[in-house]
Amino acid sequence: MHHATGRPPRVGDAPAIRRTLIGLVLITGALLILAPLVVIGVQAFSMGVGYFGATIAHPDTRHAIFLTVATALIAVPVNTIFGVAAAWAVTKHDFRGRRFLIVIIEIPFSISPIVAGVAYLFVYGLQGLFGPALQSADIRILFALPGIMLASMFVTAPFVARELIPLMQAQGRDLEEAATSLGASGWRTFFSVTLPNIKWALLYGVVLCNARVMGEFGAVSVVSGNIRGQTNTLPLHIELLYHDYNSVGAFAAASILALLAVVTIIAKVLLERQGAGRRSRPALAAPIVEAKP
Amino acid sequence: MKRLLLAGVAAALLFGAPAHAQQPTSLLNASYDIARELFAAVNDAFIPAHKEATGQDVAVDQSHGGTSRQARAITEGLEADVVTFNQVTDIDFLVQNGFVSEDWQSEFPNQSSPFYSLPSFLVREGNPKGIEDWDDLVREDVQVIFPNPKTSGNARYTYLAAYAYALEAFEGDAAKVQEFVKAIFDNVPVFDTGGRAATTTFVERQIGDVLITFEAETKAIAREFGEDQYDLITPSVSLLAEFPVAIVDRVAERRGSGELAKAYLDFLYTDEGQRIAAEHGHRIENETVAPEFAENYPEVRLVTVEDVFGGWDKVQEEHFASGAILDQLYGQR
Repeated sequence: MHHATGRPPRVGDAPAIRRTLIGLVLITGALLILAPLVVIGVQAFSMGVGYFGATIAHPDTRHAIFLTVATALIAVPVNTIFGVAAAWAVTKHDFRGRRFLIVIIEIPFSISPIVAGVAYLFVYGLQGLFGPALQSADIRILFALPGIMLASMFVTAPFVARELIPLMQAQGRDLEEAATSLGASGWRTFFSVTLPNIKWALLYGVVLCNARVMGEFGAVSVVSGNIRGQTNTLPLHIELLYHDYNSVGAFAAASILALLAVVTIIAKVLLERQGAGRRSRPALAAPIVEAKP
Repeated sequence: MKRLLLAGVAAALLFGAPAHAQQPTSLLNASYDIARELFAAVNDAFIPAHKEATGQDVAVDQSHGGTSRQARAITEGLEADVVTFNQVTDIDFLVQNGFVSEDWQSEFPNQSSPFYSLPSFLVREGNPKGIEDWDDLVREDVQVIFPNPKTSGNARYTYLAAYAYALEAFEGDAAKVQEFVKAIFDNVPVFDTGGRAATTTFVERQIGDVLITFEAETKAIAREFGEDQYDLITPSVSLLAEFPVAIVDRVAERRGSGELAKAYLDFLYTDEGQRIAAEHGHRIENETVAPEFAENYPEVRLVTVEDVFGGWDKVQEEHFASGAILDQLYGQR
């Protein structure tokens, strides 16, 4: 019987246990996450700022950065729209095959990216389904930009939807139903009711999706063809430099990739902070719909 | 509406039409994974030389990767006009798939291998264990590092070189030869999957007394990780490792790039091309240039896969096929 504080005791109540747990988290965090990041930074500059600058200024590295950012600029919006639409369809509507759709959305999560890359080879490769037809039409998908885009999009397709579906399921449909019964159109309902309720999860999904697109290695490495200055994304470029025994160059390029990720996270934090004032339980606090009858 | 659609299709055909009519001004060279610096230097020299000879401005693009993967990518549509590989068998794969003509080895000198290398030794500074030749590798106090011959082409050369050495030393006594090779395997504390990982094991984890890899690699490693920390040791006998080149005929015909592709590969055999190869750690045949580099490349007697093992097909069948000699020796560990 533990009624002293009116609630059952929790693990962290004993100071010794609390300190141990916090300490463990800090140590693992430092060893697993912080240390490698610090090493990347230190190694990148181990031959001086000049060498770092030369690596980054090299046309191949610059192109790799450009390609990675360009891929993200296309893949992330596409997958955001797809993710929101899919989550909306799955959680706010009933239709036959709903569960099947959920399974489809999650497939890229469960299969290895390399399998995705090889699957694209079988579809668009010269030995594959459409390869010969595409070649005779002189359309290049594999070993060119479209292949990289497709592979990146495939791998990151579930990220936004996965963030949204559990939340939207928990939120239920009451608000949307109320809005509709008050006469709001589908768009109006979405933008005034659903979107404000999911925006933080959406933002988080977009950030994860972006990080993954930029970092994707496996699927892209199969369909890229590794042409320097043309189809080498930043992660592939890092591997190439590393294989060249150019460790410092590899670390310099890696630090740029890490930097891109950090920028994404900072953007997320800033956006969150901006919205923090209005954030307190938007689902219940926000005025629901001002739709006219 | 219909007319608009037609106009659109016509425009698409017009602008999308393949520009085969004129000689293309770019070339894609699909190469092995660690050849970036070598071909960056080659391309920097080739482009002005070609301009001088023909007045044509060209660009050479590079794709680098494991050559089995590169060959595979070409059969799937990677439009490489030429391949510069480090494995003959991967060009054979392109031959089987109809991308390279069967007589490719007679198209360029030295069996279409402009430069060559051999499995060689890298030891720690001062060679504390006194490792000089293959028979030192079976000593109980020596730890040997090379990648897994099941997954690494590089390590297959090492395996075959050790095997060839033993065949001579034991005058063809198969049981003794295999015991010797197995004893080397027993001295390998970790089998990494690829050459780069084995280098990391040796250099960064400081495991092992000797790293075995291509001579060109040992030079690159010493340069990158400190010449004063490693010594290069050339064994008395080793296996010729060719770096074969070929025109990918099917792509070159499609793009009309045959002449340019030939000019590019020919360039590798010129004095200038040979000098660049030698500067990047490769051995060359060129009689004017080779003497300039003689002191960097100690004498070594080289045997070939053809002479000792009867060709790559036979090696594949007798040594590397599932359940063959390599499996038996490796499996006994």
